[in-house]
Order: sequence, then structure tokens, then C-alpha cells
Amino acid sequence: MSDGAVILSRRSVLTGSGALIVSFASSAHAFAQQGAPGNPGSPPEASPALPGSLKGSPYLDSWIRIDADGAITVFTGKAELGQGIKTALLQVAAEQLDVELTALKLVTADTERTPNEGYTAGSHSMQDSGTALLNAAAQVRQLLIAAAAQRSGVPADQLKTDHASVIAPDGRRFGYGELVGDELLHVMAAPQSVLKDPAEFKVMGRSVPRVDIPAKVTGGAAYVQDLRLPGMAHARIVRPPSYGAHCVSLDAGPIEAMPGVIKVVRDGDFLAVITEREFEAIEAMRALAAAARWHESARLPNAAELPAMLMSLPAKDITVLDQRQAPADSTKTHAATYTRPYQSHGSIGPSCAVAEFKDGVMTIWTHTQGVYPDRAAIAEMLRMPPERVRCIHTEGSGCYGHNGADDAAADAALLALALPERPVRVQWTREQEHAWEPYGPAMVVKVNASLDRAGNVVDWDYAVWSNTHSMRPGPAGSLLAARHLAEPFPEPAPKPIPMPEGGGDRNSIPLYKFPSARVIHHFLPTMPVRVSAMRALGAYVNVFSIESFVDELAALAGADPVEYRLRHLADPRARDAVATAAERFGWSKRPRGAPGRGFGFAFARYKNLAAYCALACEVEVERETGRARLVRAVAAVDSGQAVNPNGISNQIEGAILQAASWTLYESVTFDDRRITSVDWSTYPILRFSAVPDEVEVHIINRPGAPFLGSGEAGQGPAAAAIANAVADATGHRFRDLPLSRERIKAAIGL
Amino acid sequence: MTTLSVNGRKHEINVDPRTPLLYVLRGELALNAAKYGCGLGQCGACTVLLDGEPIFSCVTPIALLEGKEITTVEGLGTIDNPGPMQQAFIDEQAAQCGYCIAGMMMRAQALLQKNPHASEAEIRDYLEPNLCRCGTHMRILRAVRRAARVMRTAQGGDTR
Repeated sequence: MSDGAVILSRRSVLTGSGALIVSFASSAHAFAQQGAPGNPGSPPEASPALPGSLKGSPYLDSWIRIDADGAITVFTGKAELGQGIKTALLQVAAEQLDVELTALKLVTADTERTPNEGYTAGSHSMQDSGTALLNAAAQVRQLLIAAAAQRSGVPADQLKTDHASVIAPDGRRFGYGELVGDELLHVMAAPQSVLKDPAEFKVMGRSVPRVDIPAKVTGGAAYVQDLRLPGMAHARIVRPPSYGAHCVSLDAGPIEAMPGVIKVVRDGDFLAVITEREFEAIEAMRALAAAARWHESARLPNAAELPAMLMSLPAKDITVLDQRQAPADSTKTHAATYTRPYQSHGSIGPSCAVAEFKDGVMTIWTHTQGVYPDRAAIAEMLRMPPERVRCIHTEGSGCYGHNGADDAAADAALLALALPERPVRVQWTREQEHAWEPYGPAMVVKVNASLDRAGNVVDWDYAVWSNTHSMRPGPAGSLLAARHLAEPFPEPAPKPIPMPEGGGDRNSIPLYKFPSARVIHHFLPTMPVRVSAMRALGAYVNVFSIESFVDELAALAGADPVEYRLRHLADPRARDAVATAAERFGWSKRPRGAPGRGFGFAFARYKNLAAYCALACEVEVERETGRARLVRAVAAVDSGQAVNPNGISNQIEGAILQAASWTLYESVTFDDRRITSVDWSTYPILRFSAVPDEVEVHIINRPGAPFLGSGEAGQGPAAAAIANAVADATGHRFRDLPLSRERIKAAIGL
Repeated sequence: MTTLSVNGRKHEINVDPRTPLLYVLRGELALNAAKYGCGLGQCGACTVLLDGEPIFSCVTPIALLEGKEITTVEGLGTIDNPGPMQQAFIDEQAAQCGYCIAGMMMRAQALLQKNPHASEAEIRDYLEPNLCRCGTHMRILRAVRRAARVMRTAQGGDTR
């Protein structure tokens, strides 16, 4: 933890005890709009020839620092979100450095200490940071060998490394700390690295227990919520009751007199209380909320007619794919429409942040996914130079995308400015998180296809209607509080995320080989409801739609769903994933015809460029209530070189269960003014009574192959496999998410 | 002044007795494990034991708690010497973000203290009030089954 005072005005190098550390304090303002495709907010690529995030931060000592005493620290600009990235990155570094994993220290996203790797999002961390560390560590090891060769007079090719030492054939050992001297590691990375033969891996590719779990299960200070700084005050926000509401009167006098109240803060529609103790803040917040009078307007759309509303909004049409051929000889055509409502990230721990304004420097401890872009937005909001703002990632509850994290960080910064010299901890309430987080956008998909005599697809025409899937900071106006100030910052204009990764059109191009195909993205700039990135972005809906529709086509063709997919799939790794999931599930031997039981299959390669995931499942449907339950799921996943197989399994299992919850239950509700799904009773999610009997994940390891992000690969396939199984169980196709018990009962109930 | 007994130690607490236990555990006693999740008794992240029974500490005022024994995850063991429930969660890698896990462990602890032979259905039924958003349920269930085996062995009973 820094005192926050040592912030340098330009990129500079601090030396100490024979080690090097590069400060990034000033290198990264105004990068927010310069994101690489698919990872908005990522820094410009200074060295595009280098692997992974070395492109943006090419110096080896940006990633690995070795002290004279042998202590080794690894730096990453990515953040632990509960996906286990800390452990996987340590495995990569330990493997290529030839050091015990437990001997490494890891520093994650911090604007004063780590590289700028934009957002920890889009299943990019292994691809970006893992690849950077893989190469940086390998090159550091080579530099250490070269230094030892020089010192010992032994040719480099006769030297070996083990346990943080270079070892000569005569048994002499040189610790990495002795070798590192001066500026050995302050060099630019080379495009090529001498990587270890995967056959010799000792740490990569093996399941390693996560380094963060012991503290989390023993009451350690594991989260930003657990931060207790000396003199820390507590705060709560009072949000407007609805989008666009304005505070028309407030008598804060009685609240200021309440026990423990240090300050009531009001700046336009931004209202907050700061108190000595946390429960005092809650009581003062309630009183402040009761005292405030608001002017609200009816501006939300009719929730019952969402798809029609979306399709009526002005659209900017983007042709994602145009490979349409002259109409082939087709015998059958089929068309369908799929929809999804707004859905909530629903983090179990509402957003929280701690900020301290001291000696002219603002330090913010935040569970943001992007410390650098969040810093740029907050600095703009505070009208401070970014060099005077430091964001330190500190874990929060799982976020699954853009939840209230950045907004809470902005809240804390404003309150710390109002109460200088004291750390201020702001904790959102459950109702605030549910009502104010930016949701996963509502979407509509229309698809139609023609089949030839053999039932094969000869033409595919697909259109998706969607808002943007990223309103992340961005300029100050991306932050909720900045829009509520008396002098508000304007909400930025939404932009589509370009393909190949895409936003609303993510995974809208089927991986199947269709001779004629067209895909159109009707990008909708108007956002009646606050939306942004939610795990898998448009891929959840596009894979749900494509894989539901492919199942419908297989049925029309009289073909088995797995065989039908394989017929249209050329990519051998895709075929492997499909075949593995089918075989491990026992697809061909599945018992047919049991009442209320059904089986479903689905496949996708996330973004058509990340991990492959195929999934078979069984559901049960209760005819009396319409309730569907996922009973069993078997997934096969190919993430390239697997680093922590248990970690990949954990991610895919989580994706399956979370997607089951999205798919079967979830929908944000609202009236014409207010969000009405504001807690777990009004926004129900999966509970233990509906948890599957069995979930298996089979990892297809590809030693030496590039890392393919896995964190979001399961969402779409799980949704579609469940929908396909429900169709199999009920004989009725459900195309509107969620597949709620009300909808199922209405269609098939007694 | 309210006297609270937490993990076997008595504490004199000088706050408004209407204060829910959660804020006293986290604020006055600097215990991290019990988490704020909803403040409504809907998610279970704040679950602790009161005389062996699980309660939502976010909605339980301390005025009701004098003379009773409160147990939190910190009372189950330490990072250097984890208790059976904690070790089971580590062994099964039963966490993603981990935010809900302390509440899960306490509820499971309550069940297994009463009935280390709890069936799969009984475990699922007992955990129903607690939410996990990462989808770690399968591992949580495995960890609870593992903890049950260890606790049965410790009792010297059968290890089915």
C-alpha cells in the first residue's frame, strides 16, 4: 500500500536495492477511447510486433522484477475477479522462470505499479497478460543465463536453470538475485522467445490450488469491503428514485444532527452521507432518502412489448457478413425470432470502494475491471490531472462484467474530496446495485434458413437488434455520479464494439460452413435502460439463437442434433469438442421418451476466436408448474494450452450454472418510471433446490498452443443446450428468454 | 453497553443496541468473514451461528444477542490451521469470487454439527437460503460432503 505521495510526473525508473521498478503513473491518461478491438480501454500498441500485452508495455521489468536478495515480483495489469487469474499467471511466470510458484509475489492492476492492460474483460487475460508473462519470463530467464555465462565463463547452452538459480555443469549455482544487477531487465522484449518444451512443464498444465482461496475461507482481508484504513469514515449514497429524476427539495439539517453524521453531501442530484460508523450511515441514508423530494418522469418503455420497442428504435445497420449466393435449390425454409430481456449482473456483494484525498493526491481502492480507464474518467470528473489520481484494484464480489464497480469508485472519490485527509468507504445497498447497475442489453434475433433435399443448410439470413455492449469508462460521463452532479458530465454516445470480437454481434457469425450466409447487426444507439457489458456480451444471445435454430433445422432435416452439427463443421478442434462432449455425455445412448425429461446439445467457439465449448445436458420439466431444471451437464472445452485445468473447470462449471439461472429465471422488471427488480425476491436467481445433480467438464489440452480465453465460453452453449433440452422434453420450442415456469406452463401446463 | 460472546470471547460493545450484528462484527470487532450482501435476509452472505443455529446477521439487532454464543468463520480455524469445513473448501477449490462462501460454510457447519450424516437432499435443502452468483454450487456441495466425512471421522463414527 502506498502513501500515495510518490507519484511521478513522467514515466520514470526508481532504483533500489539493485532492482528496478517502472512507474506507470503518468503513462496512461486518455487511453480510454483507444481500445483494441474487443477490449475497449486497452492502451495503444507501442510495439505491435510483440506478443500479448508486451505490445503496450514492452519493457521486461514492467512485468518481472528481481531484487538483489532474490525476491521475485510479477506484475500484471489484469485483475482478480474470482476467475483465478492470479494463480494462472503465477503458474505461467513460475514455469518459464524456473522458480517455485510460492516464491513469487504478484502485483495486480494498480496505476502506480503495473502495466496498463485496459480492462480485465472479454476472456482476454490469458491471451493478453498470460502471453506477455509467458514471453517476458522466458526472456528474463535467457538474460539471466547469459549473465551467468558471462560470469562463469561457461557457454550459455551448457547452463541450466532450477529453483531461481542458474546452474553450471560443475555444480556452481548463481542465484537470480546475484545475476540481476543494474539494468539487466530494463530492456525491450524481443518478438521471439525461447520457450520451454511443453513436455517439460512442471507447473503449467497442472491443477494448482488457487492462491486466493485460503484467505477467503478463513476471514482474511480479501475484498475491498474488508479494507479498514486508520481514521476511515463510512458513507452511503442516496440515488434518485429513477433515471432522470431531479432533487427538487432537501432539508438536510435534521440528518446532519443525527448520531455519528460527519457530513451530508449534496451536489445536484448526487446525495450522500458520511458518518463515523457504518450503521450510522445506513440510518442517515434512510433519513436523507425520506427527506429528499424528487421530480420524476415516465420515460421507461412498456416492458411487455420490449422486442417490438427495440425493433422500432432507430438503427445503424452494420453488415457483419455478406456471403450470400444466388438462391440454391432448396426444399424447405424455416424462420424464427429469439429474444432476451434486460438481465442483471447481480453481484452478491454490492459495489464498494474506499478513497482517500491526501496531499493533493486521490487514492482509490476499487474492484473496477480497469484501473487505468477508471482513473482517466474519475480524474476528468474531479478535474484533476490523472497523475494525481491512483486506482488500486482490490477484489470485490464477482462482477461478470460492468456492474456498479466504476460508479462506486467515482462515488468514493467525490466523497473523499468532500472529506479530505480521511479515507472514506462507500458501500452500495442491494437495492442500489440492482436498480442502478448497467444491465446486459435486451436483444432480438431474427433468423431464417433454407435447406436442400438432404436437409443441409444452403442459405442463412440472420439479423440481431442490440444496444451497445460497452458503456464502460470512457469519459467522466460514463460514471453515474458524474451525470448526477449540479454541473453534470454528459453521457457519452454509445458505440458498437467492432468485429471480429463484436458486441451485440459477438458470435453472430455461425462457425458452421454454410454456402450462402448474411448477418446484419442493427445497432441501436438509443438506450431506454442503462446497459453495458455483461459476461459474453451478445454471444450469450447469438449462441442461444443460432444453436436453438440449428436444433430446429436438424429436426426439420430428421437428423440427430450432434450429427447435424458435425456435418456443417470443418474446424477440427470444433469437431473434437463436439465429439468429446457427446461421447462423455453418452449422447448416442441417451434414454428417449421419458415423460418430462429431455436432452439438448450446443456448441460455440467464443467470439469465433477464443475457447471452444460444446455441451450436452439433460433437463426435467414439471408439467404441473412449468418449472424446468438442469439435471446434468457435460462440457468439453478447448482453451489451447491449459494452464490451470481445475481453474478452467471452475470457470466452465460456473458459466453453466450462471447461464442456467439467466436462461430459466432472469428478467429485469420496471414500470414506466422505475426499475422494480431491486432485490433477490423481485429478481430471483438459481438456488440450491434447482442445482444440477451432476456437472462434468472435460478439458482438451493443446500443449504449446496459444492461450484461448475461457471465462465466457460456456454462457451461450449452456443457454442453448438447456433450451434444446426443454424443447426435447416438452415438444414445444421456447424462443423467448427466460424459459420461465410461467411461459412453460402456459405452453404445456395442465 | 451490550455484551457479546463471539467465537468464545466476550466483548463489551458500545453502540446503539438496534445495530444489526453484521456491522458490529465487521466494524467494532474487525472480523471480515460475515459479508454484507443484501441487508434483507435474502442471500445468506452474512450468515453466522447463534447458539449453533444459522442466522442472518444483517437483520439481527445485537440487543437480542446477550448471553448467546456467536460463531463466525473466524471461529472455525485460521489460515495456518484451518478447521475441517475450511479445509474442505480449500481441498475442493470451492470458490470463485468467494464472497458468498463464508455464509455457505456457516450454514453448512450448523447442519453438520447437528447431523454429520446429512443426506445430499438434506444438504441442498439446508443451503437453500444462501445464494451464489458465480455458479460454484457443485463445488460447495462437494466441499460440504467432504467436511461431513471429516467430521464423522473425528467423531469416531462411521465414515460412509
